[in-house]
Amino acid sequence: MQALVKQRYGSSVSEPEPAVDARRIAAEARNRVRFEEEALEFADQVYRVARRLVGSREEAEDLVQETYARAFRSWRSYTPGTNMRAWLFRILTNLNVDRGRRVQRTPPMQPLEESDYYLANKLASSAGEEALEQEQVVERLSQDSIVHALAEIQPQFRDVVVLVDIGDFSYADAAEILDIPMGTVMSRLHRGRRALKQRLAEETLA
Amino acid sequence: MTLDPCERCEELLQEFLDRTLTDAEWREAESHLAGCDYCRRRYRFEETLRRYVKLSAVERMPPGLMSKLEELRGLDAMA
Repeated sequence: MQALVKQRYGSSVSEPEPAVDARRIAAEARNRVRFEEEALEFADQVYRVARRLVGSREEAEDLVQETYARAFRSWRSYTPGTNMRAWLFRILTNLNVDRGRRVQRTPPMQPLEESDYYLANKLASSAGEEALEQEQVVERLSQDSIVHALAEIQPQFRDVVVLVDIGDFSYADAAEILDIPMGTVMSRLHRGRRALKQRLAEETLA
Repeated sequence: MTLDPCERCEELLQEFLDRTLTDAEWREAESHLAGCDYCRRRYRFEETLRRYVKLSAVERMPPGLMSKLEELRGLDAMA
């Protein structure tokens, strides 16, 4: 059967090289355009996360552009059908580390409060249990204080909080992106969220 | 040492909100929350806080960035 097929379609097998090349090049160009379009659909999300990983809007813009430049340059290393969002964010977080952010100023971590309910308890004891209701939360914690508190968390903890709580990544995706075990994602997330609440308590109830 | 039920609930709450608990843990947290006003308030607070953190942290892409990204298309390591 194999031999028969070969015989029947023999002419296409021995097709002159340039035609095969042209088809391959056209197919590759189509794949590349599809890749670029798919990648650009995530631009909003990439920016949103980048903005919270670095200090300023300008730095975030630079980081997003670097991420896309590298992604477009190495599009061949992406395997179609796999998680492109995680692939892009892995580039982003690696670039962010390369930018030397790790050695930038990081405020010393306060010793962590024992309780996950720390902020809730503080608000409740200063303003009563009603302070825990939705409208009161929004009233008492300003948007600025949240952004500020987030920026103050140590980067290794912030990365995880930003990916999971702002970027909507699963623990598994965050582990893949940051190249750390899932257990580490969970413990950093835990610490990061506590640190955030502690900062908020300090800012709000100071 | 065993935790008191509210401490146990606190321990489970973040993963409860993440929806990553096992079925047994989920039921444990849910049944405690159903009967405990203190923990239910904390649950609502943590849920609201998460939503609000997300809302506060999200910043729209600056105008012009998308076209800068479009301009990067066609970069190729092999070219």
